[in-house]
This record gives sequence, C-alpha cells and structure tokens, in this order.
Amino acid sequence: MAKRSFLIPGVDKRLLIKDSLKTMPDVTRRRFIAGGASLGALTLLTGCDVVDSSSAEAFLTKVSKFNDAVQDFIFNPDALAPTFPESAITKPFPFNAYYDLDDAPEIAADDWKLEVRGLVDNKKSWTLPELYKLPQVTQITRHICVEGWSAIGSWTGTPLRDFLKLVGADTRAKYVWFQCADKDGYNSPLDMRSALHPQTQMTFKYANEILPRAYGFPMKIRVPTKLGFKNPKYVVSMEVTNDYKGGYWEDQGYNSFSGS
Amino acid sequence: MSSLTVTDEHVSAKPAKVIQPVWVRVMHWTNAVAMILMILSGWQIYNASPLFSFSFPRDYTLGGWLGGGLLWHFAAMWLLMINGLAYLVTGFATGRFRKKLLPITPSGVLHDVRAALTFKLGHDDLTVYNYVQRTLYAGIIVVGVLIVLSGLSMWKPVQLHWLVMLFGDYPTARYVHFFCMSAICAFLVIHVLLALLVPKSLRAMIIGR
Repeated sequence: MAKRSFLIPGVDKRLLIKDSLKTMPDVTRRRFIAGGASLGALTLLTGCDVVDSSSAEAFLTKVSKFNDAVQDFIFNPDALAPTFPESAITKPFPFNAYYDLDDAPEIAADDWKLEVRGLVDNKKSWTLPELYKLPQVTQITRHICVEGWSAIGSWTGTPLRDFLKLVGADTRAKYVWFQCADKDGYNSPLDMRSALHPQTQMTFKYANEILPRAYGFPMKIRVPTKLGFKNPKYVVSMEVTNDYKGGYWEDQGYNSFSGS
Repeated sequence: MSSLTVTDEHVSAKPAKVIQPVWVRVMHWTNAVAMILMILSGWQIYNASPLFSFSFPRDYTLGGWLGGGLLWHFAAMWLLMINGLAYLVTGFATGRFRKKLLPITPSGVLHDVRAALTFKLGHDDLTVYNYVQRTLYAGIIVVGVLIVLSGLSMWKPVQLHWLVMLFGDYPTARYVHFFCMSAICAFLVIHVLLALLVPKSLRAMIIGR
C-alpha cells in the first residue's frame, strides 16, 4: 500500500495537488460552458439556449462583475476575521499551489528585493533586512481556499497599511497589484479597502519561524478577508494603481473580489 | 335562461377552485430552475475538494471546472434568494403557510405515513394537504432557509461571522450545506415521484386547477 502523507485531516497531499490541477481550466477556456451533459436537460427545462457558450459566458461574466460590486458594497473594513488560540493551528499547514512543491520558486534572500511602484511617494526597493526591521505583529487566522477546504495558521509580519503609509502610497487609488516569482508570473489585484484592512499583512514568518519556501519565502501577503488564491506568495513587487490589471486566477474566471 | 345562470355561477365559482394561485406556480417553477442550477454547480464545487470519499459524476455537474461552477453558483444564487425571499414573505402574508401547512400533529403524521406506506393515502381533495405533504413541505422550507444561511456563512465568513457561529464554525457550516443539499435531493426524488403518481397535482401546479 502506498504511503500517503496527510497535510490536513482528511486531505491527501497528492490528491490536493491533483485537485489543484483539476481546477485549472482548459486552454480554450470554453469547456466551462459546454461542460456537463446535464446542460442538455437544462436547455429543455428552461427553454434557454445555454449551449450558446459565448453568450452564456458573457452573461456569467456580467453577473460576476455585479457580484464584485455587491461584495465591495457590503464589505465592512472594520469587521475582523476571527482569530484562534495556538491549539487550533492546523498541523502541518498545507502547501497549496497549482504546481508541486518542487516547482515552487527558490529565492535567494540576498538577491531578493521588493519593488514598490505606481502611485507612491517613495519608489525605493526594499531588501529583506530592511523589511525585517519594521514592527511586526502575529495573527492566528483561518485560510479559506476557493475549493472549500480551510486551515488555521499563525502569521507574523507588518500590517500592509502601515507599509503603504510608510512609502507614501495614494490610498485613494483603487488597487494594490502584486506580482510574484512563480514560473508563470503569478499576479493578483487587491482592492484598496481590503489592502488597508487591519489584518492584511506582509508576512515574513510562519509559526514564529522564517517563512518557509512552501508558504511563500521570503514574503507572502496574508489577507484573512480574502480566499486563499488572493494571498500571493513569493511576492517581488507591489504597484499602487487605479487600473484593473487582472490576475492569474482572476483572468481565468475566479471572482476578483472573492472576499469573505 | 337557467342554463346560462348555472354557467355564470360556475364562472363566478371558479376562482375559488383554483388550487395553486399564480404566484405559487411562478415561484415554484422559478425555484425549480434555481435549485437545479445550484445543485449541479454545487456538485462541481464539491468535486474540487470533496468532503467524503466520493465525487459527483462529471456529466451531472455544471460549469466544466471549479471556476465555471462558481460562476454559475453565484449567479443562480440571486435567483434562488430573491425568489425564496418573495415566497416566504408572500406565504406568511397571505396566510397560505398557516392554512395549508398547519397544524402538523404527530398522530396525524403517523396516521398518514402508515396510510401512504399501504397505498391508502387519498389525494381526492388537492386543496387540502395531508400530513405527509404538510411535513414534507414545511420541512423543505426549513431546509431551504438553512441551506441559504449556511451558504451565506461560507460566502462571507468574516462579514457574517455571527452566522458562522450559529453553525459552530466554518467547516461545520460546510457540512450543514452539504446535508441540506442531500435533503433537497431526497425531497426532489419523492416529490417528483409523487407528482407522477398523482398527475392532477402536477396539472394544478402548471395550470392552477
């Protein structure tokens, strides 16, 4: 019998990666409309031509944009994500990506710099020792994946809003756009109100240890008010901008707000 | 002309014989479409990270992949919620719930279940629900409310933290959501089966009489 390593209760590591791969859309991106023989039955039921994939996709995209607006409207920037005692931490906290851990970026701390761009007064790049000198806080919060599973972890770092203030960011701008060192150039936009949320953090440590490679060394953006895919790892740059620049998963159809 | 008078009486008496008013029929079928969309796209989402050691067959899922399933789920959600809310408000305001679904007594339920199991449960008067129907319909309304509440707490676990607490925690809300879906599917099977066995009830839900 094959030995399986369990990362979180009931979740098998291999299956987890397999699931992540499964959630990848086809290159055509059309499968999601044509998909499912049940659509035939559905067409009969509703009398609508849902098989016309482009119009269905256009409609769903419109509703998703509407949902973005609704979620932004009901977002209360003062509502805090629940925090947990250390005993509630999920051990081990799962590695999760659309690639295997072996393919995760390997970053040399000495070469790494955080680039700060866009609508900020001070565009200087930051080295890791400089960032480590900033005041840090610890939070134990639940990470919720778009797939539905969740895990509780302990994150230590600098509140992003303190850093944005420090670099003189225009906090009236709409987004902070993150780019990462992943092989596909993972990126993700974060709406400014979520970026300024008191628990949104530039994370340097996990469980009081330097952030391991699995969780995004050297820096992850931990956003407890967002789903996991909007918590970028291996961050190399942040840009304060009014333009919606899309994101790795957002461009493939995940709702951009995806906030909890 | 006496015959004409009779006909007139028939005409004027007809509204009283309507078994299912228009609003019930419209909301019923809207709900049917919304529920099926929610279930099929929900199965797609479930398959991304199954709670149990099984997945739903791909052919019975909607969306093609997780992202597509989520788009369908969060679009049909509006149809389900708005229609469901309108149904609850109208059901209470018109007194229909009280008139049709109450009372539900244990002895009445027991009696009608026994009658149903021995195929002696009559459906002669469609305007009056028997105790099995009352229990099923009242029960499915409660399940409908629960599945929306557990769904909302999974959608907004930070903003609606108080709602999550109602279920215990986030993973529990997920289980509640799954079991409510299971209950709805079981209800659907029984409901459709009974409608086929008593076709005039199906006719009443379509044309009202």
